[in-house]
Amino acid sequence: MTNDEINAIIEGYNGKGSAILAILQDIQTEERYLPKESLEYVSQKMHIPLVNIFRIATFYNALSLKPRGRHKIDVCLGTACHVRGGGKILEKLERDLDISVGETTQDNRVTLALVRCLGCCSLGPVAVVDGKVFGRLSQDKVPALLKEFK
Amino acid sequence: MKIRAKTDLEKMREMGLKNLYPGQAKISVGMATCGLSTGADKVYEAIQKEVEKAKLPIRVNQTGCIGFCQREPVVDILEPGKPRVFYQEVTPERAVELVHRWVDNEVVGEWLFCKMEREDWIGEDKFWNYSIHHIPKGIDGTPDYYQVPFYNKQLKIALRNCGFINPDHIDEYVARGGYFSLYKALFEMKPEEIIGEIKRSGLRGRGGAGFPTGNKWESCLKAKGDRKFVLCNADEGDPGAYMDRSVLEGDPHSVIEGMIIGAYAIGAHEGFIYVRDEYPQAIQKLHIALQQAEEIGLLGEDILGSGFSFRINLFRGGGAFVCGESTALMDSIEGKVGEPRAKHIHTTESGLWDQPSNLNNVETWNNVPIILSRGADWYSRIGTEKSKGTKVFSIVGKVNNTGLVEVPMGITLREIVFDIGGGIPGGKKFKAVQTGGPSGGCIPESLIDLPVDFDRLTEVGSMMGSGGMIVMDESTCMVDVAKYFMDFLKGESCGKCTSCREGTKRMHEILTEITEGRGTLEHLDLLEELGWVTAEASLCQLGGTAPNPVLSTIRYFREEYQEHILNKRCPAKVCRSLLRYRILSDVCTMCGRCTKACPVKAISGKRKTKKEKGRPFKIDTGKCIKCGMCFETCKFEAVEVQ
Repeated sequence: MTNDEINAIIEGYNGKGSAILAILQDIQTEERYLPKESLEYVSQKMHIPLVNIFRIATFYNALSLKPRGRHKIDVCLGTACHVRGGGKILEKLERDLDISVGETTQDNRVTLALVRCLGCCSLGPVAVVDGKVFGRLSQDKVPALLKEFK
Repeated sequence: MKIRAKTDLEKMREMGLKNLYPGQAKISVGMATCGLSTGADKVYEAIQKEVEKAKLPIRVNQTGCIGFCQREPVVDILEPGKPRVFYQEVTPERAVELVHRWVDNEVVGEWLFCKMEREDWIGEDKFWNYSIHHIPKGIDGTPDYYQVPFYNKQLKIALRNCGFINPDHIDEYVARGGYFSLYKALFEMKPEEIIGEIKRSGLRGRGGAGFPTGNKWESCLKAKGDRKFVLCNADEGDPGAYMDRSVLEGDPHSVIEGMIIGAYAIGAHEGFIYVRDEYPQAIQKLHIALQQAEEIGLLGEDILGSGFSFRINLFRGGGAFVCGESTALMDSIEGKVGEPRAKHIHTTESGLWDQPSNLNNVETWNNVPIILSRGADWYSRIGTEKSKGTKVFSIVGKVNNTGLVEVPMGITLREIVFDIGGGIPGGKKFKAVQTGGPSGGCIPESLIDLPVDFDRLTEVGSMMGSGGMIVMDESTCMVDVAKYFMDFLKGESCGKCTSCREGTKRMHEILTEITEGRGTLEHLDLLEELGWVTAEASLCQLGGTAPNPVLSTIRYFREEYQEHILNKRCPAKVCRSLLRYRILSDVCTMCGRCTKACPVKAISGKRKTKKEKGRPFKIDTGKCIKCGMCFETCKFEAVEVQ
């Protein structure tokens, strides 16, 4: 992102220091992660020590300092999904994508993550791909799920 | 249109009624997240296309979730003079057919789950009657909504509008009595009177701790400060609980109205709703609702011409469970990391930016307008002596009917699990109910007749929490469940207190040892001791309640722990290190599906074909990674788990 684009985001929140989380989330929406340069620029522009920004960026699960793939799969491991076999869905995805949870495929296609409850507990196990929720999953539905996202 | 007087509100109600009950057929698709996850968007599209193409006299509408999430996508049709019908598990193909049948005055009986002849307007103490004089063909045998086991014990106060209004239409909320309580509060009541009413109602915070709401408001009213804040905790982080999501997605205005009333009572002019990052749909619905309320003058300067001003800001969380804790939530809004503070001074005196702040959760705020419209006397007649009103529970896990149920406090667990939930699927045996999320505990079968309220759940070592109820059957391992929660908590502990940061981690390590066959009986004593220290020495309730899942499972399921430790066996067949998969050669049909499914090629044998005799399949235990794919794939139950 250019500095002008970051400026626009900051101005959207009237430059308020309390909006730092929202500002970082907006940057991440564009970049799919938080690039070092962007954080440095935000720090300088908003007069917030970089260490504080770094602390926020590492505290919240929604923020990532590592680049993410074009698609993001979040497998739900809330209690209801856990007792209904959400862990097996995650393992199947790990095997099929040949990555561990938290990693991104070599071709930068998919980042695999886990989330603790999406509030779709009735339909577990559940996963979200790029914001779209898929319910009633089973291990054998995983290949079809992966095919939908190139 | 700006609402400046009660007559304006009445006019809006008229508009809303026309949208709720147009003089033609209206088809509504439940499009909350649960609906969308099963393809409600495609169903909506299919209906809209078909109605346009065939020029059918039907209005296509969207609504929130009616609670029976398991049967999503749910579609309902309402037409003057006819009973309202609710279809379940609708697909785009079915949708097209049922629309055409409806026009031909017919329903597809086997796709229906219930019909409705009158609608409960609980806020106004009346029923809206559909005055039926026309019965569609094929409806015989369809049970009435109020008779269906899933609904007949429910009393919907918090969920009153979910599934019945379009959440994007403020006029539909007004039509069902919305914002009239706000009018009453602003023009007919003094702040002290409102607080008195809330106190008398006996309403206790629905977020978990159950603190009396009226008392909280009162101390915030009395607290001195330049600015005061009213906050809504929509950081619904307890895994397995999603009633707040459903309310925000299906009836956002009920929360906003409650907050404005609270702000007026306390003397606050600024509010925040802190919503989970994981709930994009709720954020979107709230955004629309706040905008609408501002446009017509229900939020902002001089609300309804009363001179009172109040604004609400929407704050999106960052995916941290601990931010559901009141002080962590406030720090998060201030732009800091969400770490709990020491609470020597209550947040009602020194909260957000050290100003008096009143925080309630979604369901609590949502109850406020109803208490004002129906009165504290009515409200306090519902429930038990110390827990008044209703509570929404999400009944999920190993149970036949999963979804959101709202019941009067004091109903027994048995009624919830067996009468409403319909018991355990697959003829399996009930084992426990987990309530209260990671702060709660597992309640065993021996306590199934426990009346559910704040105090009784605490007595048995669990807690109400936000209302998640995860049903577990004989195939759920209680040691694994305890380990699951410790894994959750060690990841979500903010790390400020050593006792919580290290305590949850150590408990998780010990539980891992036990589930992997390296446990000793001393481990149980150590877990109890660690649990005690974690609870006693931690600053906030995340640590304070963290040992509950461990302690309650040891208390009620000690034998299961001992089985893991002494006999290296997992009776529920969950703990992988203790399992062994084997194919029963006399049952194996030699179809070969398991070998195709096996990711590590651990299964050998020969497929039986017309030409060849085949050889039963066998698992090489050295190669087997115990993923369970063969077990899930086999249609003949030839794979055995030991």
